[in-house]
Amino acid sequence: MAPFRRRPPADPAVRGLVRAARGSQLSRRSLLGGTALGGVAAALSACAPPTPPAGGAAALELPTDVSGTDKVVRWSNWTAYLDYDEDTKKYPTLEAFIKDSGIRATYSEDIEDNDSYFNKIAPQLRAKQDVGADIFVFTDWMANRVVREQLCQPLEIIRMPNASNLLDSLKDVSFDPGRTNSLTWQSGFAGIGYDKSKVGKELKSLDDLWTPELKGRIVVLSEFRDTVAIVMQSQGVDITGGWGRTEFEKAVAVIEQKMSEGYIRRIKGNSYLEDLKSGNALAGIVWSGDLFVLRAETGNDNWQFVIPESGGTLWSDNMMVPITSTHRKNAMALMNYYYDPAVAAEVAAWVNYVCPVQGAQEELAKSDPELAQSPFIFPSADYIKDNNIQGFPALSPEDDQAYSAIWQKVQGN
Amino acid sequence: MSALAHVGQAGGGGPTDPAPAQERAGRSWLPYLLLLPGALWLFVFFVIPLLQLFTVSLQSQFPGYPGYYYRDVNFSNYLRALTDFAPQFGRSLLFAGLATFFAFCLAYPLAYAMAFKAGRWRNVMLIAVIAPFFTSFILRTVAWRQILADEGPVASTLNALHLLPGGHITETWAAVVAGLTYNFLPFMVLPIYASLERADHRVIEAGGDLYANGFTTFRTVTLPMSMPGVIAGTLLTFIPAAGDYVNADLLGADNTKMVGNVIESQFFRVLGGFPVAAALSFTLMALILAMVFVYVRRFGTEELL
Repeated sequence: MAPFRRRPPADPAVRGLVRAARGSQLSRRSLLGGTALGGVAAALSACAPPTPPAGGAAALELPTDVSGTDKVVRWSNWTAYLDYDEDTKKYPTLEAFIKDSGIRATYSEDIEDNDSYFNKIAPQLRAKQDVGADIFVFTDWMANRVVREQLCQPLEIIRMPNASNLLDSLKDVSFDPGRTNSLTWQSGFAGIGYDKSKVGKELKSLDDLWTPELKGRIVVLSEFRDTVAIVMQSQGVDITGGWGRTEFEKAVAVIEQKMSEGYIRRIKGNSYLEDLKSGNALAGIVWSGDLFVLRAETGNDNWQFVIPESGGTLWSDNMMVPITSTHRKNAMALMNYYYDPAVAAEVAAWVNYVCPVQGAQEELAKSDPELAQSPFIFPSADYIKDNNIQGFPALSPEDDQAYSAIWQKVQGN
Repeated sequence: MSALAHVGQAGGGGPTDPAPAQERAGRSWLPYLLLLPGALWLFVFFVIPLLQLFTVSLQSQFPGYPGYYYRDVNFSNYLRALTDFAPQFGRSLLFAGLATFFAFCLAYPLAYAMAFKAGRWRNVMLIAVIAPFFTSFILRTVAWRQILADEGPVASTLNALHLLPGGHITETWAAVVAGLTYNFLPFMVLPIYASLERADHRVIEAGGDLYANGFTTFRTVTLPMSMPGVIAGTLLTFIPAAGDYVNADLLGADNTKMVGNVIESQFFRVLGGFPVAAALSFTLMALILAMVFVYVRRFGTEELL
């Protein structure tokens, strides 16, 4: 071994640090005592849970907007939800936005599902600490909770002229009347997905799933607003309203029965796609756009998506600005950009989800007339009505909590 | 904590003390100084979070504001943790116990062969035991999903022989136990190997000299000598296996969830589940601590600790 030699560090900055460190040695003891006591005090005060919002009457305090000087916008979104170029590893529409506006937009696919993302950031949001996002995207019901708890900032429609392109059907939603807090990113359906060649017949209704050939080969979504809602529809319930705990529990009982009889193999989040790919599952309750991704990825056109005869669900994911964001104006500039019909058409052609922007269909028809007729991207009002595609209503906090508790029990949690 | 307080007292002499006294004081400081980084680390990253976890486990929900809490002394969270989630606790202990048992059955012959019979293959075998650690735990478990998939070789063979009652291997409790056994096997092999490897061969030979047959020698000499390794191995397998949720999540079904899965779902998926999740964590910790205490007291481990 080489003898250990201690040489004074040559870098003046490092030398300064060493001197400072030596100087501080004298106070080590007081430092220790200080850390111990301060640590306990800090720990206990950090334990104090955040208090709920004062209520509608209190004025919302918004953070100072620094959009003008800090040209940044950070966008958190779900996976496979923005046009992506495999070759350049870039998002073409987002690159164009950065070039046009001079705002550096960063995009991260860090939302795995509503619950886990929200619960991860909620403590920081409530304590008014930055969550690393200026735009986040939540499904209607979670957007409802975010609005109710005042965890997002109001949007200024005047800064977003393109926002008027929002489909009329989405302009006035129950959780955000007049769209003052949110703007739709994409919508989609939940229905039945299956491999036609393996199943060997067409599946038309939910009851078609429960056949011996599919025993143990069915996966259903862990989102109860899709899975339970579709079962409720098959029991003749109008899910848009007028039902209660009895109807919910009746549907849950069917799912529990099919689980114990061995039909349903697993209740799963977005990873159900892996089971369809590996062949562990041949059918299930799925999201519309995912089946198109599956087709493209496996090159197997036998993957079918159908709305069950009794009906399917329609949901939307909404862009919102977290209460902690200091880049509100940049965020609105980005939202405005994606409501340009030409840009929206470009996104729609890639994600295959329902496009919320008026005029995008005409734009898409210019480049791909066939895709522009897809009912899964541009469903007509008749298509939605004829297929009994319904949206799940906003739940009161108490119902929300009660139903999700029942649903967790079904999943063995 | 007491160590830190002691350091404070020991330093009470101050810089004005005469030189020899300071030297003595300095010497008595030394072990505590060496302890300091570890103690600070434990204090900041273990004691403080534990305190916080405990206060959270006693919080109550704001009426009318699901997801908001106020500080309270609410032991009903513990009651709920124990009553509502008793099956998951039972499953955790059962699966971890089974995995520990199977890991022991697999590990002991392996460690024995490595210690006594492997010869020049010993290092190769050691590397083979350790090598899986070079890949992430999650990735290896996901890989098992592929290996055990319905279309995979294992499941299709068993299915052809009509040996699979449910028609699939993944999403069964057997897959969870197998996954736990696989993932924690090295923690069982290495301590047993270490204790067998340093066993005095002459003592074992003496067993033969005293007319004991191979099995009796093993039972009365070799096995007792390897007990410290066996106990360390069972603890290192059982404790993490009981708290594991990855195997139950990736290889199990909805009716094979363990405590770890419940904590995850109370924390991330249920509105207002924080206190119950914290209470579950504390209960699991206390339960395992109690079991380990009894186990260690019963089998003795002066050589282990």
